[in-house]
Parts: sequence; C-alpha cells; structure tokens
Amino acid sequence: MERDALHRLLRDMLLSRAFEERAAEEYAKGNIVGFLHLYPGEEAVGAGVINAAGPSDYIVSDYREHAHALIRGTPARNVMAELFGRADGMSGGMGGSMHMFDARRRFMGGYAIVGETCPIALGIAYTVAMRSLPEAVICFFGDGAVNQGTFHESLNMAALWRLPLLLVCENNHYAIGTEIHRHSAVVEVYKRAAAYNIPAERVDGMDVIKVYEAARRALERIRGGGGPQFIECETYRFRGHSMADPGTYRPAVEVKAHEAWDPISAAVREIEFRYPTPAELAAAGPDHIGQLAAHMVEAGHLAEIEIEALRKEVNAIVEDAVQFALQSPQPTMDAAWAHLNCNRRHEVLV
Amino acid sequence: MSQELLYWQALNRAMDVEMAADEAVFTLGEDVGLYGGSYRVTEGLHAKYGEWRVRDTPISENSFTGLGVGAALVGMRPVVEIMTINFLPLALDSIINGAAKIPFMSGGQFRMPLVVRMPGGVARQLGAQHAQRLEHTLMNVPGLRIAVPSTPQDAYWQLRQAIASDEPIILLEHELLYFSKGPVDLLADPPPMHRAALRRAGRDLTIVTYSRHALLSQDAAAELAKEGIEAEVIDLRSLKPIDWDTCASSIEKSHRLLVVEEDCRFAGAGAEIASALAERCFYSLDAPVRRLAGLDIPTPFNGTLEAATIPQVSDIVVAARALCQSGQESKAS
Repeated sequence: MERDALHRLLRDMLLSRAFEERAAEEYAKGNIVGFLHLYPGEEAVGAGVINAAGPSDYIVSDYREHAHALIRGTPARNVMAELFGRADGMSGGMGGSMHMFDARRRFMGGYAIVGETCPIALGIAYTVAMRSLPEAVICFFGDGAVNQGTFHESLNMAALWRLPLLLVCENNHYAIGTEIHRHSAVVEVYKRAAAYNIPAERVDGMDVIKVYEAARRALERIRGGGGPQFIECETYRFRGHSMADPGTYRPAVEVKAHEAWDPISAAVREIEFRYPTPAELAAAGPDHIGQLAAHMVEAGHLAEIEIEALRKEVNAIVEDAVQFALQSPQPTMDAAWAHLNCNRRHEVLV
Repeated sequence: MSQELLYWQALNRAMDVEMAADEAVFTLGEDVGLYGGSYRVTEGLHAKYGEWRVRDTPISENSFTGLGVGAALVGMRPVVEIMTINFLPLALDSIINGAAKIPFMSGGQFRMPLVVRMPGGVARQLGAQHAQRLEHTLMNVPGLRIAVPSTPQDAYWQLRQAIASDEPIILLEHELLYFSKGPVDLLADPPPMHRAALRRAGRDLTIVTYSRHALLSQDAAAELAKEGIEAEVIDLRSLKPIDWDTCASSIEKSHRLLVVEEDCRFAGAGAEIASALAERCFYSLDAPVRRLAGLDIPTPFNGTLEAATIPQVSDIVVAARALCQSGQESKAS
C-alpha cells in the first residue's frame, strides 16, 4: 500500500480513538447524556471499509457510528456537537449519539434498531441499480443483527435482484452482553451469506490493511455487476456495550488478550520505518531493487516522532471539537417543529 | 368532465398517471406485478412499466417497506402496497422507526416521499386476522399522515396527492369499497388532502365519520330524514391531521355530535375525535358527545356475529335518534 493511504488509515484510527476516549470523559463530566456506544477496538473496520469506498458510495450505519461519520469526513466539531445535543450537531441536536446523518457525504444515518439498517441500505441499493449508476451502498451491522428477520429478508432480496450492496458485519462477538456462542447457532457469521448465494469472506478486523483490501475487492466485484458482497470483520470492543455497561460479563483475561491485538498498534508496526531484510531484497530480484528503494523513500519514512505528531494533531482536533460543542447553542423548540415539518412545503394544515 | 369508475379503477388510474409523469415513482409489494395486485389496483402496470418499477416482492413486509424508506431517502417516490393492513404489524418498524423518524432526527436533511397503501376493514367473513382496522396504531405516530378515501374520486385525488407529497403518507383503503362505483373527474383540482368533506347538510346533529362508514352514515341520514331528523354528515377523509375547523363549524350549527367509526371503540380514532371536539366545542353542545364504534372484540368468523361487531346503518339511526332526544328535557325545563 502507498504511504499516503496508510497514513490516512492510521490517522483515521487515531482520530477515532482520541474522539471516543474524549467522549467518554465528557460523558463522565455530564456534557454528554443518554446512550453512548463507543468504538475503541473496532477502528480498523470503519477505517478500512470507509477508506475503500468512493465519495459517491453510500454508508448506512448503526448506533456505534461516531467514528464512521468521522472517517467519512464529517468534521469532528459537528459530530461532537451532536453528542452534546447542540444546534450545530450534524443532526441539529435532534438525533444524538445513535442518529447521526450527513446527507452531503452520503452518510445515511445511524440507526438504533438492530437489523433495521439492512432494509434501508437495500432500498438505496435498489435505487442505484434502477438508475444503473456505478455506486455502491455499504451497510454496517454487528453480529447481534444477523439474528433479525430483516437481515435475512434483505440478503434474500439483495441477491435476488443483484443489488450493489456491501454488507459489513462488525463481529465484536457480543450482542450487548450475550456472547456469540450463546446467541448464534452458527458462529462464523459469513457462512450465513451462503444461504443466499452471496459471496462472503471473513477477515481479521484488527488488521486495517486486510479490511481495506477486502473491502476494495468486494467493491470492485459490486461495480463489475457481481451483486451483493459480504465481509465479516472479526473485531473486539475494548469497552462495554455502552457507557451504562461495565462489561462484567466478559472475563478480564479475554479483554486483555484482545487489547494485545490493538489495531492501532498493529498499524503503527506496519507503517513504521524498517529496512528490508536481506531475504526480501533477494526475493525482489535485481530489477526490483531500485523500485523497492524508491518505495522505501516514499512510503517508509514514518518515524516514531511523526506518530507522536499525528497523535498531537488528532488530540488538537478533538479538543477543538469539544470547545466548539460547548459553545454551540441549544436547539430551540421552533427548530424541532421545523425539522418535523421539513417536508411539508407550503401546505398549511388545519 | 367526470366518468364513472370503480374505487380500484380510480386508484389504478392515479398510479398510472403518476408513474407516467415521474420516473421516480415505483411500486412494490406482494403480487403487485404479474398478478396485478390482490384488489387489481396495480393491474396492467407491470406490462407497461416493467419489473423494476412494479416489483413483486417476497413475503417480507418489514424489509420491503424498509426498502421503500431507503429508496425515498435518495429521491425515489415509492408506493409500497401491504397486501392487507393485517400485515402492518410486521412492517411497523420500517414505518414508525424509519419513515416517521428519519427526516426529523436527521435535523431535516432528508425527504420521505413514501406512500404505504393498505386495504383493511371488516370485509366478508375473512376471520379475525383479516378483519382489522388498526388506524389508531398509526395515528399516534408523529411524522406520519393518514388518508382514508371513501369515494372513487377521493381515492384518485388522495393517492395522487400522496405520491406528490414529500412526507410519508399512509393510505387506508377499505376492502368493501374497491368495487363501489362513483363519478371521477380526472382533471378537476382536488381539495387539500386532509380537508374534510361535508357529504350531507343538516341542522339537527353532526355525524363525524370516515372511510366506509361515511357511506353508511349517509344512508342512515336518509333514513333519519324520513322521520324529520336532519343529520349533517362529515367525511373526515384524513385521520392525521384532522380538519377540526370543518367539524367545529358544523357542531356550532347543530349542537350535537355523533362519532361513527368501524374500529374498536377503546382508544380508537373515535376517542380522539370525540375528546378533541368536546374540548373545543363544549359550550356549543346541547348533549354529551356520543360514540358509535366497533366492539372491543376480535372479529368472529360467523357472518351474523361479524355484522354485530361493527356499526350498521340501523345502529347509526338509533344512536342519532337517541342523541337528538338527549338534552331536550333539560332544555325544556
């Protein structure tokens, strides 16, 4: 992969992590109220998939979607302001943590009913197919969603009509507090897609490059007319289901073991400057030595000091976002009514 | 220039006109395509517009209704047919959590030009799982609008208006009305979709009703006229919003209100209509508001019992007569 692409993946993951950890702090301070489902541990999935998408592709997400919006490009200020319920939030303070929308970036929403995102993504994909556009729809959901009827109904219709739909299961192994062996008769989620003849693969969701490449391949197949595709990303959330959840149902040793596989540390290892081994140089062959050297110059020079600079940069973005959110006004009841009636045009009702 | 059309034909014409005018209009549901729709509403459209615009779906109500929600988000004008309102419970998530919420909870970023059409009501011995009304289920959901056409003309107008609207509209069609005939002017300008219609003028009491019972109430009013009672009949045409002004100005004239509905009485549409109008027109009323509604019981299969569970013309006559007598004594003394 190219340095810039790797750099972007790393930056998106660092920003997501910093944003979410700060959101937890703001929740503890009382600046954020209500449900708050955080993303740490799962960053490689959002960063890998969304970076593989094009600007005209659509993203449909669930209630753990703050990082998805950030990675899609919604300014951190507007994401944070929505968590704070303020007028400058990306949904005007009407949606909150679980209902973030950004129409301009084709971020088609966060939804809080598990499995509900599948039919919505299906409808967008139906429209794309009807208009014969080279666009795709990416639908995120967790392992808990695959037990909903809408999941199966939607996979059936997507396959039946060969719709441009990329189904991405963020398998963090828990439906809130119920571990996958206790909620699913088939624990390899990707196998469920076979029932509808949908090509599916399982990738290491803690490895951002593998996720990115799997999403790229799947999107290429979709644009080539291959119909819906399915990716299961095996991942793990480091925190509880939401801020209200201490996560006591998970053995400490399990959490520790997964933290060792932190996708950010893994990406840092991948991107760090490293000389090729003699064996790698030999394998590249004489004609490739020059190319490899050029690639090293372009792609390899990311030292520890630069990673620190990147951390400082994302922390500054998050700090700015919090200050922005604190200063953003509270939305008014007039605004709430206006949003409810936003599609009434000029019709006057009695 | 009006012509005589059956109710289903009027709906079919409305679909055809809108589909011809705008490629964003498409319809989907169980057997709407090759089969032509269980009540013929989509007859001929599959051949004319093709399978992508007239889509036969698997039996997956929640997901094909949700498909409509997703398509509406990106500029389409889907008309979802749910084969009967009795399958509505399976699709409620897409309607209540999806269509009704997304424009609002996105801070006004999206349109929701979705129409969901549903036949319903007590028809002829279809059993408890095929004889429900359920309008109250959706009346309590902010963000939705509900139209209840009782005539072919209204069916034509209101379906066209629903398709043209950017708000999610539920169109409740009554199964016993599909083969009722009436004049339809295809070119006339329609009244607003939610405007109530004064079906018969009268001075002695106001009957507020909707859908098939608007027709039964007019029959009852004709009976009442023979004994000198002049009932004013208001057909609401819309259950959300409700045209309170038209109702109130009638009550100010008649001083008596009878609410007639087919749905079950407890917490049904009539309960809202009666309470809202009692609140607003209390000082105009000469007698307590009276409600006539379906019994609070699942619909029995047996035909005689089935008829006994919903108001008949004779029941409306008796209730109206009693209402006109109540309050007289206190007035005389």
